[in-house]
Amino acid sequence: MKVKVVVMPKAAVLDPQGNAVRDAMRHLGMPEVRSVRIGKYMEIEVDGENGELESRLHALCRDLLSNPVIEDYELQNAGVPPGSGVADRGQKSEVRGRRAEGGGQR
Amino acid sequence: MKFAVIQFPGSNCDQDCIAAINGIDGLRGEYVWHKQTSLDDFDAIILPGGFAYGDYLRCGAIARFSPIMQAVASDARAGKLVLGTCNGFQVLCEAGLLPGALVRNRSLRFVCDMVATRLEVDDSPFTHGCPKGSLLRLPIAHGEGCFFADAKTLRELNDNRQVILRYADNRGCIVPEANPNGSVENIAGICNRERNIFGLMPHPDRASDARLGSADGAKIFLSMMQTISANSATSERAKQVA
Repeated sequence: MKVKVVVMPKAAVLDPQGNAVRDAMRHLGMPEVRSVRIGKYMEIEVDGENGELESRLHALCRDLLSNPVIEDYELQNAGVPPGSGVADRGQKSEVRGRRAEGGGQR
Repeated sequence: MKFAVIQFPGSNCDQDCIAAINGIDGLRGEYVWHKQTSLDDFDAIILPGGFAYGDYLRCGAIARFSPIMQAVASDARAGKLVLGTCNGFQVLCEAGLLPGALVRNRSLRFVCDMVATRLEVDDSPFTHGCPKGSLLRLPIAHGEGCFFADAKTLRELNDNRQVILRYADNRGCIVPEANPNGSVENIAGICNRERNIFGLMPHPDRASDARLGSADGAKIFLSMMQTISANSATSERAKQVA
């Protein structure tokens, strides 16, 4: 299966990159831009497909792919990778995301 | 007395640390490759600066899973002194051995400078002989040294006097202008609640000789040696009494 992981800085964490991009967008003629937050997007291909795999992926999202002190993550199961022929038969991406538990010391 | 300097792939201040340690009478530094699994032979552990594993994903995120980190964690739990400078601080935070995290500098710039830091406590095992309020002049060189902790963690850090160093101006005032990276409350270095793990963004290793512009960093290594000597003298006396 193929999963997508989106990691975003928590609201309380300063995002100077996002602010710089927001300012650039305003300078380029879009004063309507209120805020930009920049995170990370990862596409991960995994052999196999079951709930046990997904719970292990969640564990790695918390331990490695995100730092729960400063970031939240969302794990989306995108089903079978495109090009394998199965996805084309109408298997829709399913969002099974879960927010990481907030804050504190790990 | 023997200090371990951990070498991760991408560490680049390991030699500075060894030079600073070996510059102190009675201390000897030794490299320990990150694939090693024991630190039993060492009295203290140093995690040096650099870019461990390229700092991919987040600074220190991959290094914390190195085999040696299990020994660092278990020895730290047993009370051994652990010092993390710059990237070493980032690794300690990622490993959960210190609270908080280090994120991109507010300026988005890599800062390379000599800064003043004010000592906030007078009972740290890492700053013996330096009274509270004294200034240590130390170099910094980092792109992601902005210390972040949520409100609750910050309160705990302050309540338990875990903040060891704050960025200050030359008169010792904690002002925003003296903050080089946007760290919350000008925090430059913190310890754990048990006070035996110390992480800081500045480089004491690069300030261990007056010819480098400051010898204040050597005070930290010297203090570690004094703490360890005092502790072993105490336990020796306890053995004799028993």
